[in-house]
Parts: sequence; C-alpha cells; structure tokens
Amino acid sequence: MPELADALALGLTREEYELVCEKQGGAPNALELAMYSLLWSEHCAYKHSKKLLRTLPTSGPHVVVGPGENAGAVDVGGGLACAFKVESHNHPSAVEPFQGAATGVGGILRDIFALGARPIAVLDSLRFGEAASARARYLLDGAVSGISHYGNSVGVPTVGGELYFEAPYESNCLINAMALGLAPREQLMRSAAAGPGNVLVLFGAATGRDGIGGASVLASAELGAPDSEEGATDDKRPSVQVGDPFEEKKLMECSLELLQRGLLISLQDLGAAGLTSSASEMASKGGVGIDLDVSRVPLREPDMEPFEVMVSESQERMLCVVEPASVDEVLALCERWEVGGSVIGEVTDSQRIRVRDGDELVGDMPVAALVDECPLYDLQPQRPTEPLYADPPKALERSAGARETLLELLRSANLASRRALFEQYDAIVQSRTVRRPEQADAAVLELPDGGALAVSIDCNGRRVAADPYTGTVAAVLECASNLACAGAEPLGTTNNLNFGNPEKGVIAWQLSESVRGLGDACRALEAPIVGGNVSLYNEGAAGPIYPTPVIGMVGRLPDARRAGRLGFARARAQIALVGSFSPSLAASELCKLRGERLPAGLPAIDIPAVRAAQLVVRDAVREGLLESAHDIAEGGLAVALAECCLAGAVGAQVELGDDVWEAIAAAPTSSEPVAEILFGEAPGGFVVSASEHGLRELAARTRVLGIGTVGGERLVIRDLRADTGGAGAPAAAARGGSGSAAPPLLEIPLTDLADAHAALAELFA
Amino acid sequence: MKFGVLQFPGSCDELDALRAASLVGEAELLWHGERDLRGADAIIVPGGFSYGDYLRAGAIARFSPAMESVIDFAREGGLVLGICNGFQVLCEARLLPGALLVNANRRFTFRQLRLEVVNADTHFTRACSPHQLLSIPAKHSWGRYYAAERTLQEMSERGQVVLRYAPGENFNGSLEDIAGVCNEAGNVFGLMPHPEHAVRELTGASTDGLLIFESMRAAVGSVVA
Amino acid sequence: MLIRPKEGILDPQGEAVERALPALGFDGVANVHVGRMVELEVEDEHQIEPMCEKLLANPLVEDYEIQLIGSAETA
Repeated sequence: MPELADALALGLTREEYELVCEKQGGAPNALELAMYSLLWSEHCAYKHSKKLLRTLPTSGPHVVVGPGENAGAVDVGGGLACAFKVESHNHPSAVEPFQGAATGVGGILRDIFALGARPIAVLDSLRFGEAASARARYLLDGAVSGISHYGNSVGVPTVGGELYFEAPYESNCLINAMALGLAPREQLMRSAAAGPGNVLVLFGAATGRDGIGGASVLASAELGAPDSEEGATDDKRPSVQVGDPFEEKKLMECSLELLQRGLLISLQDLGAAGLTSSASEMASKGGVGIDLDVSRVPLREPDMEPFEVMVSESQERMLCVVEPASVDEVLALCERWEVGGSVIGEVTDSQRIRVRDGDELVGDMPVAALVDECPLYDLQPQRPTEPLYADPPKALERSAGARETLLELLRSANLASRRALFEQYDAIVQSRTVRRPEQADAAVLELPDGGALAVSIDCNGRRVAADPYTGTVAAVLECASNLACAGAEPLGTTNNLNFGNPEKGVIAWQLSESVRGLGDACRALEAPIVGGNVSLYNEGAAGPIYPTPVIGMVGRLPDARRAGRLGFARARAQIALVGSFSPSLAASELCKLRGERLPAGLPAIDIPAVRAAQLVVRDAVREGLLESAHDIAEGGLAVALAECCLAGAVGAQVELGDDVWEAIAAAPTSSEPVAEILFGEAPGGFVVSASEHGLRELAARTRVLGIGTVGGERLVIRDLRADTGGAGAPAAAARGGSGSAAPPLLEIPLTDLADAHAALAELFA
Repeated sequence: MKFGVLQFPGSCDELDALRAASLVGEAELLWHGERDLRGADAIIVPGGFSYGDYLRAGAIARFSPAMESVIDFAREGGLVLGICNGFQVLCEARLLPGALLVNANRRFTFRQLRLEVVNADTHFTRACSPHQLLSIPAKHSWGRYYAAERTLQEMSERGQVVLRYAPGENFNGSLEDIAGVCNEAGNVFGLMPHPEHAVRELTGASTDGLLIFESMRAAVGSVVA
Repeated sequence: MLIRPKEGILDPQGEAVERALPALGFDGVANVHVGRMVELEVEDEHQIEPMCEKLLANPLVEDYEIQLIGSAETA
C-alpha cells in the first residue's frame, strides 16, 4: 500500500494527499493514487489557473462550443462550424524534439476530430533559445522535422505559424500546435458519457508503456538544466510517447465515418493521462459512472500493471460510448479502417470510476472527487522589483545607419523569412488553401459557400515580458490585425498560456496581468475565448521563460476571391499608411539587436483606435479597394515595407513628409526620431497599396498618409521633412520634386533585401 | 469518360485528384481492398502515404487488390496516371521504369515549380505545346528519380521522358532533371509534382495542371478503341 | 536482412551522417551508408531471398544481405 511519501513523489502535496484519503474513506491503493496524482496535477486540474480563466469572455453570437470540450467551435455560416484549439507539447519536445512535436500535432488533431470535425489546417508556434545556440538549432530541426513528418503524412495542411528565438527559451523550448476543423453544425459531438448500460469502446493503437507518468512527471515539473547533470534529460527518454501518423490517419477517417453514420453517443481522445483522464472526464461531464476492465485493453507489451494501462499515454487512441445494439457495426467499421477496436467497459449510474482486472476490482473512486474536487489555489502575485531576464547579447551598434539596421533586422532570426520552415510542410493538401504562407498576414482557407476562414497565431513574448498586460493585449490585437489584412473579422480565439512556476509571486503576477489583458482585448474585439490550454512550470536552470500567451484567432471573410495579400502587386500603385500608429523602440527587435535591457512597461494601447483601424482595413480589403495590406509589426515600418516588396518581388519609392512625421511620431522629443519612425513598433499601423482612386475612397473613411509609389528594383526611403538638420535638411528645396537631391535614409536593391531575408535557410543546410 | 481514383488508408490527395478529374469528366473513388475498377476509363493513383510507406514508398500498396486490377488494366492498354506516391507505386509495380529515392536535400519539400514539357505527344500531355513551361507544385520526401544509365538512354530515345524540372527547380536531385515518365506503350504516366493542385485560380498558383487531365480525357476514346 | 543503397547511388542520409560525425569529434570517418535491417522468423529459409526480391528490397536501387542467426532446432 502506498504512503504519503509516494504521494509526494507523484507530485501531490501533503494536504492534497490527506484530502484524497478523506474522499476515498481511507488510503488509496497504488492505482488509485496514480490516477489522483494525474488528475490533480496542474496539467489536468488547472489548479493554479482555473480561477483566473473564469474571468475570460467565453460567449458570443458565433460561439457553438465554448471551453471545457475537446476543442471550441464557432459558427462560420453555411451550416458549418469551425472547431479549433491550440495546445502545448513543451516538455516532451525538450526531451525529444522530433517525437515531442510530432505527437503534439497528433494530439491537437485528435482534439479536433473528437468533436466530429474534419481537421483542415495546422499552425505551429515554436520558441527556442538564441539561433546561435547549437541546442536551439538541434531542437528546431527536430521539431520542424517532427511536425513535417506527422502533419504531412495525415493529409492536413500546415498553413502558418510563428517562430521566435530568445535566450529564456534555451532550456525550455515551447512547441504549441493549433488545429482547425470543419463540421456540419449538427454533427458536432460532445464528450459526455450518457446512458447507463451503454458500452465503452476503445479504438486505435494498442497500449504500451509510452509516457507513463508523463502528465505529472513531464508536464508539471521544472526541467533541469540540460548540461548541469549529465544524462538528466536522457533519463526521461523512455516516457516520451512515439507517434504513428499512419495510425492517426486511419483513426481519423474511422472516427469521422463512425460519427457520420450516427453510431456514437460520445467521443473523446486519449491525451495526457490516457484512459484515466478520458474515462473520468467523460463520466464527469455526463454525471454518470464508468466501469472498465483493463484486461480487455489490447496491449503492445505483455505484463503491464493495471495502473500502467490506466495512465499510459500511447498515442492514436480514442474512447467512445455506443449503444449495445451498435457495437457490432462500430467494430466492423474499425476493422475496415484497420484500426483495433475493443469493448472495455460500460456506463453505469454509480457516479464512480471502477477499474477491474478481469474479475478483480483494482480501483474504485468517486468521479466527482477525481475530476472536480481537486483544490484550486489563489495566486499570490508580486510585481517584480528587479529585472527577471538577462540582457540580450549585442548584435548591432547604436550608431549603425538605417540601411545597415534594416538589413540586420531582416537577417535576424526573429524576422528572417520562414520559408525554410514552411517549405517542409504541405500547405495545400485538401485544396482549400487560398493564401499560402508569406502571401498574406493570415492563412486563408476556402469555405464551401464561397467565403473563407482566415487564421493567425501570434505572441511576442518579449513584449509580454516587458509588460504582461499590454504585451498580451498587443498579441491579441496583432492576430486581429492579421485577420483584417486578409479581410476577415474575428469569430473566436484560442490561447495557450505558457508561463513559469505560478507558485512564485512574479510569475503569478505575469500570469494574472496577462489574463487580464487577454480578457480585455478579446472583449473589445468581440472574439471570445472558446478553448485553450495552460502550460505552467516552464523554467530551466537560468530562470523562467518569457511569459508567452500564444493567441490563435479564427475569422471569416465573405468572398474568398477578395482575400487580401501582403505583397505589393503592381508598379505605380500608391503606398499609404493607415491606422493610429505611434511607434516606439521599447522592447522592439531593434532594442534586442542593440543588446538593450527590457523596459519595465510598454506605452499604453488605445484599443478602440486600433480596432477602428482594423475595421477600415478589413472593409477596404473586402471591397477590393486595396491591392495589398500588411500590418506593421516587429521591425516597424521599414521591415513592413521590405516584406511588402519581397512578397511582391517589386521595389518601392517611399517618402516620409512632414505630415507623416507629425502624425505618427510618438515622442516629438525623441533622441532618435528616424530610428523610431523606421523601426519603432506598436499595434494599429498598416501599410497598404492601392490605385489613386482606391486611396481617395479610403481617405473618405479614415486618415490616410500617402508615403510613396510601388515600382523599381530597390526599396528607397527618403526623409522629406522641411526642418531637420539631418538627412532631410536639403529636402526643403526639393519638396514637390521627386528628383530630390537629399540622400535617402536608405536605398537597398531587392536582391540584397532577399539575401538578408533568406538567412534562416542556413539553419537547415 | 470516367476516372477512377484509388483510395488507400494513407492516401492524402485522393479527394484533390477526384475534384480535379471531376472538372473534365466523371470521377469516382476506388477502395484499395476491392478489385472492381467499376468501369473506369482511366485510373489515377493519388498522392499520400498509401499504407504508411514504412518499408519503401509504395512498396506495399503495389500488392493491394485494387492495384492488382490496375496492373491488368494497364497491361490491356488502359490509361493510368500516378501522382507523387502514385508514381512511386507504379514504379514499385514495374509499370514504369526506375525508382524514386529520398530527396537529395533529405527533407520533405513543398515548392511551386516550373516544369518543361519534353514530350507533348503523349496521352497525358497532348493539350500542352512542346517545351511549354507548366507551373505545378511538388511536395514530397522521396522524389529523386533514378534509373540505370542504359534505361535512361532508351527512355530518352523512345520519348518516355515526358516532363523535366526547369533549370534550377530540381530540388530532389532527380537524374537528368526527370519529373515525369511514361511506359514504353505510352499508356502509363507517373510524375512527382501534383497537377491536381494546379487546376483552380483560387487555390492553385496556376491552372496548368488541368492540361494533364484534359489530355487524358481527349485520349480515352483512342486508347480504349 | 541488411538492406543498403547500391554502390554508386547517391545516399544523402549517409552523407549527412558522414558530415555530422567529424563535427562531434569523430575523425577519420569515410564511406558512410545508411540502410535498414529487417528481422524476422521464418519456417522455410528458402523463402527469404524471394521475399527480398519481391518486397523487402528494391533490387533496382538496393543491395541486400541475408544473415541466418539460428534455426528452430538450435533455438
């Protein structure tokens, strides 16, 4: 019989163990303790975050399924719902990046088809240490290969994502994956078990010793430094799950056909904590009990203990509830798809989970105690009084000119083209992809009714670290801006809160401030949270990761043919700046390159003003007024212009006159106005191109600042202010004449921009 | 005119091929476990990973009941198009010469490519003009075409090299830039790029892939007769 | 069965390993080839060669080598 010490080793506290004993009416046996320890872990019980999450907006006119199910879903018109969710697989990926990332994709896909939706797209959100680190490059290569291997093999396109390199992720990388699926609204499936006497069928792969204890050991413990103790990470290798995309593909097709034929009462995937978690969740949601027999679970390895069967995290398995009369048909369909199917138990009205091994009862627990009665904790937030993060290494002198700065930014690992990654992913299978990666700010997927979905995933963790509230608002707004540039309005949001140890005051402060920002921004955008995930204890020997609330947002546009593009499309088109945009160098990419410390706080964001700009851009894209639209993000205006040029394979002549400087300069007293206007960052600014007519129409609705013309084979940016002492001084004389004598702020051939932007290819050579 | 599109448990692009073929004729899915080709006039072996491709791409699929029928169908002169994994299956089945090996860059690679029509006088390319450049995407890990030198020479003399990667586009390291080949009789054609992903302006970067399907439709009468 | 790329055929996996080993300090490495191994128990060992020819190897591009580890009588 296990004792307190075993409970502590499994991650429970003394008080929690005593509570378990009370719920059980005595000390739990080994199997029961293992199940409690998993379901009462942070990963399953959200015990440090649940109270905060309750403050988030979760309802709205488009919401079909809110938080609590395998994934959320929104109505996308035409009788269809879009199910979507983002989930993390951080700690398994730090141990074994290929399998960690691959099974991360597998897990999120199962969440989507458990809801009855056919997965139509994957996006991934990856963070590693600085690109100069050999370990970061090893993890990157493994994770990208794993996503490529799994996603491509199951026939679901990988249409977008994000990638950041920052030192705080060195020993704790972040691998988050988001998936979307489509289903007829009425076909959406719930996971609540119902109907005592109904039968539990487990189908998919056989059960082995994969990931035993994964949820509590891997997902809720701080990782040791990779180098501090030799072999520390190797020891964890046996508990990593191995994925098989071919099995997943069959499982997906089989599940969808079972649903389509109306054979299932409910469906649930087996994720963290395996059968323990899925059976308990199904019972809890349905207010019923479940009896199951571990001797009927097909095993890959003989002689597994009952508790091992219950906690195994073997991949590619699903659990469903069916009526006794349908069992034969269900098993026959499993056979057709070459997926093993076995009856392993039944629904009861006992409201208890009873585990048998043949005739022997080996575990008996109240469902409510397991699932709902884990104690929840209040956070003890404490605003940090000193910097939490080391200064970044210096890569660029403050004295560098505009040309050198722009090239260095384009070359930097956070801004360089992601082509080297997305070329490893199939972005077009299923023939829905209207905008491929780097063609628009958001991925765009055609809907059967002629409309389209736009989807974006984003979070700049450095900005969140500088100011958890404002940085999180910015991440949400960034997603919405990306959707606006595609012509879409947000329908719903998902999120993955990646943070450090919430039992520490400063992390608790980051988490609570961030969730406050998340709620405020989603409320303002009317883009409620329909699902998500929390990953805490992301810390290594060097300290916590940057707080990283990864935001995924799904929107709709009415006409797929009008989906926006980011690249300049036509020579002689006019370029304009739209939006309320007050760029600042605080926590910018340029500051990082200069090796500057993170500021304690970011300039406040006028959320309604940003929202208004998004609406103007969105409508203009939908009406076909704009030939291109791109939101100004990391690297500021100059990087945005360079991206528009590169995506369109055409140059631009840009002239920043007095009106521009007056309108957008955040701090008239700034010591570096040129760096600020070119490379400063803030939400709410857009670079658009259009015909003269298009811009005139737009100007009737909002402030439009004309800044130049598309054309040529170089990007030229001039300072046309009348009264500066610097580069623009002679410009006064030249105003009105395009052949200005003043040297431009920068002038760079497209080929040089392209070479710099391709820097990431070296990481995959 | 009816296309039959094979469906293996690990097929990925079978619905894409079905939709593309439907633009020029009727099209129907054919389950891998069944021998009946349901009166199809032409067969498409689609992209994907057939049976997981664990041993070698296409090696196990080649022995499926449906493929046994396709082999008979091809021997009787029926038109067979193999795309990507389908090309690998047709090579494994020895309906086409050569083999597909792991890409020279060792990575799954997705790119929109330019392909040169080397032989525009085949049942699969007659709607193209000689030396026309087609814009069609490729996406695969095992696409490096290989055949023995002597075979390559014979293929070249007989016009069996149908498509080549345009200069600079051969990322997989195929010998002689070969992207698509046909058999000696000219009724079986395989290519690594995906013509079914270049049939609509909205979701394809071009509609050049349609030329392949249109050529097949035009050819069906003459071949079957 | 040991199955490896035929001599003279580009073996990018082998080349990648050959490049990686010196980077880890293992010098003097050459001619690296990456193949695969198939282990099986079979009643009639005469079936092994046809198995290789028909399915397990592609004789166009791969060589194979059969190693018998024991027989039922000795096991």
